Parts: sequence; C-alpha cells; structure tokens
Amino acid sequence: MIIEQVQVISNQQIADATYEMVLKAEMATKMKPGQFVNLKVEGFLLRRPISICQYDQFNHTFTIIYKVVGDGTQKLTTLKVGDFLDCMGPLGSHFPIEAQTTALLVGGGVGVPPLYETAKQLLAVGTQVQVVLGFADAQAAFYIDEFEQLGATVYVATDNGTLGTHGRVTNVIAEQQLTAEYVYACGPEAMLRVLETRFEKGYLSFEARMACGIGACMACVCKDREDTDLYYRICKEGPVFPVGKVGF
Amino acid sequence: MDLAIKLPGLDLKNPIMPASGCYGFGREFSELYDLSELGAIMIKAATPTARFGNPLPRVAETPNGMLNAIGLQNPGVDKIMATELPWLAGYDVPIIANVAGSTLEDYVHVAKTISQAPNVTALELNISCPNVKEGGIAFGTCPETAALLTKAVKEVSSVPVYVKLSPNVTDIVAIAKAVEAAGADGLTMINTLLGMRLDLKTGKPVLANQTGGLSGPAIKPVAIRMIHQVYPHVKIPIIGMGGISTAEDVLEFLYAGASAVAVGTMNFVDPYICPNLIAELPATLKKYGLTSLEEAIGRSHRS
Repeated sequence: MIIEQVQVISNQQIADATYEMVLKAEMATKMKPGQFVNLKVEGFLLRRPISICQYDQFNHTFTIIYKVVGDGTQKLTTLKVGDFLDCMGPLGSHFPIEAQTTALLVGGGVGVPPLYETAKQLLAVGTQVQVVLGFADAQAAFYIDEFEQLGATVYVATDNGTLGTHGRVTNVIAEQQLTAEYVYACGPEAMLRVLETRFEKGYLSFEARMACGIGACMACVCKDREDTDLYYRICKEGPVFPVGKVGF
Repeated sequence: MDLAIKLPGLDLKNPIMPASGCYGFGREFSELYDLSELGAIMIKAATPTARFGNPLPRVAETPNGMLNAIGLQNPGVDKIMATELPWLAGYDVPIIANVAGSTLEDYVHVAKTISQAPNVTALELNISCPNVKEGGIAFGTCPETAALLTKAVKEVSSVPVYVKLSPNVTDIVAIAKAVEAAGADGLTMINTLLGMRLDLKTGKPVLANQTGGLSGPAIKPVAIRMIHQVYPHVKIPIIGMGGISTAEDVLEFLYAGASAVAVGTMNFVDPYICPNLIAELPATLKKYGLTSLEEAIGRSHRS
C-alpha cells in the first residue's frame, strides 16, 4: 500500500450518475484485478473506497468507475484534467487469475467495474469468458461494448427491463442456463448469496461501508462460514473471498 | 528538542500515541513504520471473552467527523495475552491496555489478567464506550459508580490505572474528582460523543446500532473545553484526545492541560499521522516560542 498524489487524465460521465475517471499513478504497477483504492476527497474527512476497473502497468495509469451516491462522489465529478487526488492503494485481496476452461463473471451496478480487468486477464490466459451485467435500467448501463470488445460473451439484465433481460443477473443465469467452471462476482450481498447456491467454485467480491480501508477500524467485518469465532475484514482479507468462505 | 515525558507507568519518548480502538493492535501500521517511534500504544479494548461486535453498518461520516458503533470487537483478554502482546513486545514501546466489560467483575478480571503482561505498563479503564448495551458508558456517567469501579480495578492492577472519561455527562469535573479520589493514577479524555445520523430515504438511523460515538476534528473544541475544565481540579495527569489532526492541535491540548495526547480517527485518514506529528512537534513548539514540552503543558492556566 502506498499513498500518492495521483493526477486526473480524464473524468467523464458514461451513464446515469456514473462516471469514469482515468488517473496517472505510480501505484498502477502494483495493482491486481479486484483490488480497490481509497480516495481522499477535498472537504470530506473519510476516504472513499472505489474499485479498480482497469490498469495499464506500462503507462502507469488506472481507471475507476464511480456512481454519484452522495456529496463526496458528487465532488469527485468536479475534478478536471490535471487535478490531483490523494490516493491510497492498491488495497485488499484480488481475483486470482488462472487458466480455466470457462469462467462466468457476474456484476451488479458498481460491482461491474472490477470485473473488467478480471475479464481481460482471464481472456489473456485462455479462459473462455461469459459476462452477466446487471443495472437498474438502460440509462444506468455501461461498459457492455467494452466487455464485448475484449472477446467476452455478454448478457445484460435491467431491473425495469429497458435493456436485456427484465430482472436480476440471477434471472439471466437461470433463463440462459449459464454454467461455468468458475464464477467471479461483485455486487450486493443478496446477489452473491444466490450465486453461492449455483456455483461451487469461484470468487466473490463484497461491498461494505469502510472507514480506514487498511484493517484497523473493524467497520467492515464479516464472519467465516464454518468457524463462528473467525472473522474477516472486507478491506483487508477481502474484498475478494473464495466461494463458501464468508458466512452471510 | 527533547520530547520525552514521564507519567505514571509511562516512560514516553514523546507525547504522541494512537488512541484505543483506532489502531487495532498495531499490526496494520507496523507494515508502514516502526512502532518503536511512538510515545506509547493504546491497544484495542479487551473484554473477558471474544466479542464480534455490532451488526453492520458500523460507521457513518459526519461533517468533519464520523460516527462509529463497532461494539468493542476483540478476541478476548486471553488471546490478546497469548498473541498480540507478545508480538508487540518486539517493539520498544510502552503499551496502555484498554480494559472493558459488562460488569464490575469483567473489568476486575481483565485488569488483573492484562496488567501481568510485561509490556503493559498502564491500564486505561474504558468506562465511556457508548456502543455496548451493558457496561461501558453506564459506569462512566455517575461519579459514585465510576469511583467504585476505579477502586476495584486499582486493587487488582499491578500497573498504574488511567480512567477514560465520557463527555456525555453534565459535570465532567465531578467524575474526574471522584475517580481521582478512588485512586486513579491518570485520566484520559475524551471518549466519543453519543450521536446519530438518519437515512434521508428511509428516515431510519444509518447505523445498525442506531446511535454511535462521534469522533474526529468536529469534537476537538469539546475535548479542549473539558480538559481545560478538569485540569485545575485534579493533581493526576491527563492524556488528551479528541479530533487531533495537526501539531497545532497537539499544542492546544497541551495548553489546556494534557501531558500527552492520543490520535484516533485521523489514523483512518492518514495512517502516517502519528510519526508525522512526532516529527513536526519540535518545530511547532518552537514556532510559538516554547523551548520544552513542560512549558506547553497547562500553559492556558498560568498567568
């Protein structure tokens, strides 16, 4: 983990209340798919944990996709090209990249971004990748073309049916009878819980409110599935856990 | 400039230490800097048995502060004695063990046990945690109860006992005097202020525990006021805490009457805050015409 002043290369809206920001950072060389950064936003005390969407270790850049959910993320949208941001990272565990025959990547809303670098790297090692993306509606959807351009097969679900399957990502999986050797997922707990009933192998990335992002404050803990005395910090041992490890 | 200061049980290289509950047992920060640089470490509260703490969400941001309701999550005193304290013994730094519980017997048991650890040189009696159903703040809001608990813990502790005061009281001086009379060797103040935030969509509290403890720069003036109020009425030293984020803040706490300070919430924002403050303190003292730490302590009260 390092703390660095990273520079904004671009910051633009890509969907309803959703922004993509590219940052110039030395720490890009240390990043792994599924990790996150903790950003200090001027005028706010606590840092904002945001997942890493993709990175370029040669050009020392990385991309985040964030949703405006409050005053802090609203403030992020005002950053201009050339502005600096106090950034801590990369943090947390990552999606292991191993060559498998098939992988199903499932993301809901702001759970979609970390799957992009993961898809890219899985495809690079020869894994056949299918992606299921879930959004509130067509206006909130993003990165569908980007995933397709990587060479993944993409399915979409929207809550109101304005794009793709009407319903949740789990409806798409059932409807299309999608199977894979491994699942890689990021999104709300309810979604992860359903996926655990369908897949025995894979990795799930959890979301939680955090304060420190480095394992000190105990704000984002979850329990082990078997051992009730054992707990994990989503920011430190997570956010990515193997299927079956976390007790809901 | 020499920043060393001696307090009961504490031979401090400098007056800066991380506050309990904001630093775990130091492991995460040991990856970033040498823990031996610190004046002391106030480790996370210990209870007789392991506690998982409160349901999530446990934190919420507020203007210049945060609310937390962790709920004293800790592995229990025996595990802390077996794993965390021996690990911390690898560093040249005195440990202040924060003692918590639900009953008087809990506090006595934890204090007796943990004060035996060779590197625990002082206890911090947590009678001010606002986030547990029993114990905690219930012991810290009534002078008689606070005194009773202090006396009981003093009888079994083999190291000096500091009592951590709650700001959620009408007369902090009365509590301070009561625990001093009961044998406290020092005071640490302040713990968090009880607060709440509501979700604008649901109208319900953001924290699962409903209420939480407010900390961060927002509470600094309250801490300064309370230390300033207590200082003239007690002979025992005060370790001050509450929203410290700069070396100037440290100076303000010293002026109010603190002999040393603890940094809490800001460890979450800048994990290097403690070593940074230690490095900046001599120049800051000098900037305001001070040639020693002693000159700053209680300055506000001298003519």
